Amino acid sequence: MPLLSMGQATNDAMRVVMRIDPTVVVTGLDIRWGGSFGQFRGLYDEFGERVLDMPISEALIVGAAVGAASRGLRPVVSMSFVEFALGAIDEIVNQAAKLRAIFGGQARVPMVLRCADGVIRSAAAQHSESLEALFAHVPGLKVVAPSTAYDAKGLLISAIADDNPVIFLENKRIQPTKAEVPEGLYQVPLGEAVVRRQGSDLTIIAYSIQAVNALQAAEALAWDGIDADVIDLRSIVPLDVETVMRSVRKTRHAVVAHEAWTFGGFGAEVAAQIQEALFEELDAPVIRVGARHTHNPFAPGLERAVVLAAEEIAAAARRVAGRVRRSDRRAP
Amino acid sequence: MGFTAIEATAGTASAQVPSHARLLAMHRTMVGIRQFEKRVRTDYLARRMPGFTHSYSGQEAVATGGCAALQPGDLITSTHRGHGHAIAKGVGFRTMMAELYGKAAGGCAGWGGSMHIADFSLGMLGANGIVGGGFGLAAGAALAARFLGTDDVTLCFFGDGAMNKGTFHEAMNFTALRQLPVIFLCENNQFAQYTALERTTAGALAGRGTGYGVPGVEVDGNDVLPVEAATRAAAARARQGGGPTLIIADTYRFYGHNVGEAVSYRSDAEVALRRRQDPIPRFEAWLQAGGILDAAGCARVSAEVAAEVDESVAFALAAADPDPDTALDHLFAPTRAVWSLI
Repeated sequence: MPLLSMGQATNDAMRVVMRIDPTVVVTGLDIRWGGSFGQFRGLYDEFGERVLDMPISEALIVGAAVGAASRGLRPVVSMSFVEFALGAIDEIVNQAAKLRAIFGGQARVPMVLRCADGVIRSAAAQHSESLEALFAHVPGLKVVAPSTAYDAKGLLISAIADDNPVIFLENKRIQPTKAEVPEGLYQVPLGEAVVRRQGSDLTIIAYSIQAVNALQAAEALAWDGIDADVIDLRSIVPLDVETVMRSVRKTRHAVVAHEAWTFGGFGAEVAAQIQEALFEELDAPVIRVGARHTHNPFAPGLERAVVLAAEEIAAAARRVAGRVRRSDRRAP
Repeated sequence: MGFTAIEATAGTASAQVPSHARLLAMHRTMVGIRQFEKRVRTDYLARRMPGFTHSYSGQEAVATGGCAALQPGDLITSTHRGHGHAIAKGVGFRTMMAELYGKAAGGCAGWGGSMHIADFSLGMLGANGIVGGGFGLAAGAALAARFLGTDDVTLCFFGDGAMNKGTFHEAMNFTALRQLPVIFLCENNQFAQYTALERTTAGALAGRGTGYGVPGVEVDGNDVLPVEAATRAAAARARQGGGPTLIIADTYRFYGHNVGEAVSYRSDAEVALRRRQDPIPRFEAWLQAGGILDAAGCARVSAEVAAEVDESVAFALAAADPDPDTALDHLFAPTRAVWSLI
């Protein structure tokens, strides 16, 4: 099996799907030239005008994708950085998410918005955000955030096959990470979490880059004698509540980790659902960890002070497990 | 490419007057819109109807002329003031009235109401509660026509208020760049919600296409024939790969922005003056002068249509409410197994 980066894996997904389905088109800025992570490289050479350059008109890019999707195309739209999708927030929330509902089920809106998110190398506040909570809050949008190349390909294929708008979030820092990726068509279904590591003491629930960090944290915790279950949600809408509850019922302790701000973040939804369902069975409060509630600063030292690192997931886990170290204390 | 030059094109096209049968159908549509809106206004003000509604009365010539110029497979996008567009595209009174009453038999099963009337089977891609919401949808529908190899044209209705949305310019640029088969038909009813055009808008509306290489055409929006002719010319141009046309149809909203609103921002004298240009008596006078339909015929159409509207209200009132257990339906479409492996 070839070893591919996440960018190469999603590129492969596009190629596989576009070969079998002529209604799949790609639109967005600069896609003809390959995209920032090589995720569109070579597609124009093979598929010509089905890979359609767009002007920097985010609202039109998304609005046109909604219109085209409702007429039978399956547009895959590159929004580049997730912050740029905010230029089309009206089209995402008021058109893409609502079209099927407001017309009583007449419309189908099969489209994928690919957005790069997360902190990377001092990109500063307008190129570093993770906005999944914003999208997940709106009914009618599916929200996907893979952490491995294998999942990225399989989830993207599922997202394109889906007859609804899907926000496909691609964390910038993990794009180069490689994994064995099967050739050809395969799918990772939306709404199925995966247990990345089996443990009995505590559950760490994460997605995207923080699922990678959660695995690192779990290895560090093992040295402290804490055996963690690590759940990678992979998609947050639909949310695989069952896998989360099954694990927490077993471990009676939970930490939720994500790259986005802890305050008002998606972790709050997961933590609330856990305590509503399993309050009597928990041995400790569910703890959320994420970015501190400010804009990602430019200076590397400042950036490190805001973004969530693997050690902080481990520290939170020790708190939940009642084994706090002095070094674990940090201002909230 | 200036907008004055293109007026000549519309003038040429207007030489071809539609057949008598089509003229009579256009007349019936205009009267239908007027009667439908009259009844909706009455029932809404009597608080029998839920939600909010925006009356199309006074603007009938634009929807009717625009849709009469299209082929059956062509598409339209609409606005929050969409009843006229829907009727002109062939959506029936029953399905519309039931929707306005929030009934399961409504075209959107009670999910949309007045601001979201749609019938995709007739190419009516939906009224839209967001001003300017149709620009992207129309561009996308035209893009889909290009990719899918159909020769469908998309007619995008919007108001003068939407001319100041960024999406207007984004859509003009993109559809002109790609020469997509779309027509931008602005019904300038003189008001963006409550605020008059001269307080919101710089320059000449039709001139806004010039920078994008899009011809701009100005027509009397209270006269159905030039609207039909200009739209027909624009549709032919779009179908031949000539790209978008911007049509500005000057008209007037008889009532306020929404039904039930106390209108304080314009004088009764202004309304009375504008009502003299009422598109229905004007068209009826033309039909009578041409011996196409006499006064008795006009009265007969009006009575027949009024009876149909009344019947649609009876239908709506007798229809069942949506089952509350279906409140979560329609959020997501079930994914079909096209090439899905799951």
